[in-house]
Amino acid sequence: MVRHNDHAHGSAGASPALLTDSRLDAATLIDYYRQMVLIRRFEEKCQEMYTKAKIGGFLHLYVGEEATAVGAIAALRPEDHIFTHYRDHGHAIARGLDINALMAELFGKVTGCCKGLGGSMHFADVSKNFWGGYAIVGSHLPLAVGAALGMKMQRKDSVVMAFFGDGATNCGEFYESLNFAQLWKLPVVFVCENNLYAMGTPLEVHSSVTELYRKACAFGMTSERVDGNDVLAMREAALRAVEHARSGKGPVLLEAMTYRFRGHSAQDTQKYRTKEDIERHRRNDPITRFRTLLLNEGIATEQQLRDIDRMIDDQVEAAVRFADESPEPGPEWITQAGVYAAPIAVDPPIHGE
Amino acid sequence: MPVMTVREALRQALHEAMQDERVFIIGEDIGRYGSTYGVTAGFLEQYGPERIRDAPIAESGIVGIAIGAAMVGMRPIAEIMSVNFSLLAFDMLFNHAAKIYAMFGGQMTVPMVLRTTNGWTQLSATHSQSFDVYFAHMPGLKVVAPATPYDMKGMLKAAIEDPDPVVFIEHTLMYTVKGEVPEGSYTVPLGKARLAREGRDITVVTYSRMVHLSQQAADILARDGIEVEIVDLRTLRPLDMSVALESFKKTNRAVVVTEDWQSFGTSAEIAARLYEYGFDYLDAPIARVNFREVPMPYSRNLELQTVVTVDRIVQAIRKTLS
Repeated sequence: MVRHNDHAHGSAGASPALLTDSRLDAATLIDYYRQMVLIRRFEEKCQEMYTKAKIGGFLHLYVGEEATAVGAIAALRPEDHIFTHYRDHGHAIARGLDINALMAELFGKVTGCCKGLGGSMHFADVSKNFWGGYAIVGSHLPLAVGAALGMKMQRKDSVVMAFFGDGATNCGEFYESLNFAQLWKLPVVFVCENNLYAMGTPLEVHSSVTELYRKACAFGMTSERVDGNDVLAMREAALRAVEHARSGKGPVLLEAMTYRFRGHSAQDTQKYRTKEDIERHRRNDPITRFRTLLLNEGIATEQQLRDIDRMIDDQVEAAVRFADESPEPGPEWITQAGVYAAPIAVDPPIHGE
Repeated sequence: MPVMTVREALRQALHEAMQDERVFIIGEDIGRYGSTYGVTAGFLEQYGPERIRDAPIAESGIVGIAIGAAMVGMRPIAEIMSVNFSLLAFDMLFNHAAKIYAMFGGQMTVPMVLRTTNGWTQLSATHSQSFDVYFAHMPGLKVVAPATPYDMKGMLKAAIEDPDPVVFIEHTLMYTVKGEVPEGSYTVPLGKARLAREGRDITVVTYSRMVHLSQQAADILARDGIEVEIVDLRTLRPLDMSVALESFKKTNRAVVVTEDWQSFGTSAEIAARLYEYGFDYLDAPIARVNFREVPMPYSRNLELQTVVTVDRIVQAIRKTLS
């Protein structure tokens, strides 16, 4: 039942016949690179805008984990669904949400993907079946299971992919969700992004079992550990999981081994790990690895990739300009009409509205 | 007009709602066990296990699943057997159900209903509570607690049809209460209070089971020539005070009766609104009748001293009139 990839966290596993092995064309491979760089540049720009106080609140960056989102989401169809957690920028970008709307959301503007009401931790775009970032750890997993139940009851063959961190695997909702999903054979792919820290608490301090994919065993659920810093390995594992779920065999738990290079949030002083730890993991940077692979395999030239990098820089700059120039949401959003799909007028009205 | 119990009225509403293929019911022991309070007895046999979903004992999961299913187009009815267990699902209700519409900028709705029940009868501290005020405190939820079979049916239908999440509060001691229910399908709008009894001397503002106890108190006082007017709020959020205020402006005296703890409870909000909007009409301090503020004792003797009784309502009314 449990598959364990012993090569997880190993080398990229470059094959001389990458195109054949991955069954992908060069344009698709290069697009994965583009997506990962776009996430990285977007996040770096967010940090800069946070420092300039253009962005408020908490800011949790996805830097270092790009391959997990890009690889996993590459396995989905447009009619599939995504629920994710508060570190949601990477998933949103990999799902193709408009980065102008994402930056505007961070700037608290009405052109934001949630009209400026959600902020960094709550990106959503229903038109992309991107059902939102949820900021109470583990608590979105029952929602993902419910959406999967909806798909099953509507006789649709869509699957639901739910992202969460290693810390979430200790929450009650995680166990409730795995049980429900397996009990009812629901099409859910649970993607645990194991970045080795629950906020600032190391994996071995927070979890009795540190091979988190094994937590699926208790439910008789298929699970697999995968190198989440290898975009192609991630995609392959996600494809297997999605196929399993779509074919009616039930849910799958994937444990993607990854690492965030930045702190938990923009304010994190990272007392819980050393600079050396971070530097050691930087050698396993998913973007550097994939870039090297594309060059070594002759899939792309240095010039091609530099052009992509430059295009992304322009795109991110344009997103900042768009966000900066966009209007703020109006006071109608803090009336009952902003709170309810069907507000009920009462007498006397709330706040005299 | 046919007379039926609250239980039968709820069953009728659910049967009618099940005609909509998007509706399903999820909860503990709603099917094979036969339903704790009998509301969904026989539903499993009639509608099958896909739509009558016996769930594991996992309240957070039950409510979370209802939310997720609602987001993608279903019309789930989640049942939490006893409101005492709902605390385990509060994160789902408060952080998701109540916020998803507003927080994501109006992109998605959560058309789900959470049915649950208040109540007590020697069940002691953890099984005799009321959390009406917690639900009612939360913007984004709609909270209803009807009193009569007519309203139970009509408001449950309205709740199921509503695009927003609705908490529907029943009461274990009310399932056998009888009343008239017309033939055929109808809805009673959410957010509208009603006049339950006319009278010129004093206004009782209340809801749910306390409407019936207030009626009994009014019957007793009527023998002394005291006319009590009773306002049944029916919905706690949004709170329609128009009927209560109109009555208060006539009687100039009010007693608020709610079956929960007094401090920061539903009666505090109701009384505050009466003071805020009815200050010029006030002839006496507004009295409140509620649970005594202790964890519910098991001993029958102590329990009956803790809960709201007809006698306590009568005393509060007499005192407010004196």
